Amino acid sequence: MAKFRKDGGRKLPGLSTSSLPDIVFMLLFFFMTATSMKEVTYKVNINLPNATQLTKLEKKSLVKYVYIGQPKKEWVKYVGTESCIQLDDEFVKDAEKVQNYIVDKRAAMNEEDQGQMVVSLKVDKDTKMGIVTDVKQALRNANALKINYTALGK
Amino acid sequence: MGKRKRSVGELNASSMADIAFLLLVFFLVTTSMSTDKGLARRLPPPVPADQQQDDVEMNKRNVLMILVNSNNDLMVNGEVMETSKLKEKAKEFILNPSNSEDLPEKEVGSFGSFGNVMYTKKHVISLQNDRGTQYQAYIEVQNALVAAYDEIRDDFSMQKRGKKFVDLSEEEQKEVQKIFPQKISEAEPKNYGGN
Repeated sequence: MAKFRKDGGRKLPGLSTSSLPDIVFMLLFFFMTATSMKEVTYKVNINLPNATQLTKLEKKSLVKYVYIGQPKKEWVKYVGTESCIQLDDEFVKDAEKVQNYIVDKRAAMNEEDQGQMVVSLKVDKDTKMGIVTDVKQALRNANALKINYTALGK
Repeated sequence: MGKRKRSVGELNASSMADIAFLLLVFFLVTTSMSTDKGLARRLPPPVPADQQQDDVEMNKRNVLMILVNSNNDLMVNGEVMETSKLKEKAKEFILNPSNSEDLPEKEVGSFGSFGNVMYTKKHVISLQNDRGTQYQAYIEVQNALVAAYDEIRDDFSMQKRGKKFVDLSEEEQKEVQKIFPQKISEAEPKNYGGN
């Protein structure tokens, strides 16, 4: 009489994966809300400067960006190694073009938002002030007076 | 005739996880966690082309002259100074606690709920930099000046209301801003020695 029968009928209950989508969706929503899209691909190297008295940029739609820095390796043969201005995806040689760019961008905005436009200057910390000053003058001429020097906290 | 009960076939949700993962990976790859922060500043309005900018005569005691040269050296009112000491210097200049003859003159103004306050109405901080100045040095100077103003406003709010500046009501914040307005003037660009 075999007391211990092999009955073979016992199986491990299958692992329920029905809650997996919920977990993943939760993660997904977290990342969707916590992150921001990259505005453009940088064609210039930007190491942001450090500062302590930082304010957050509020509304993304009101912010326009100007990038200044040395061109990345793959672009050196086209524009040289001097510090360059990048607007959207293009290099700009002349700081005065920033004026037209900002005026165009502002014209494309809602009328009630136009006065609240902020120009964010993302500038490499080793840049010489000359080019930054030129851009600042162009912004003044375009009447875009609210600016923000993007920096990293210490 | 009785109704026949039809059971609805169960929806197969096993691919839901795959779809969600796909989206998750997409967002992970395309986004960057860093939020944009920076020093908020306001540029002066443009000078009309046909108008010569007339140099407003300022009493010397009311101006804090900050020069940054192309070697990132700092000169404040004719003295060479380290950036780390600029904040204290600026605070002393804006507040003039000892009523010194060399620091900005004080005036009495009335500010809403704060009543009459002695403040240096005419003070101006003038910042000039060379075209060869490094951007980091420029930001450090700007940062020190903004920090000086922030600390002064905080100290004042603490003293009068026992709260930090950011915790004051909106009206009170506006009044404090009026008492200590950020007067940082950046002169028209010039080229100072060295290239």
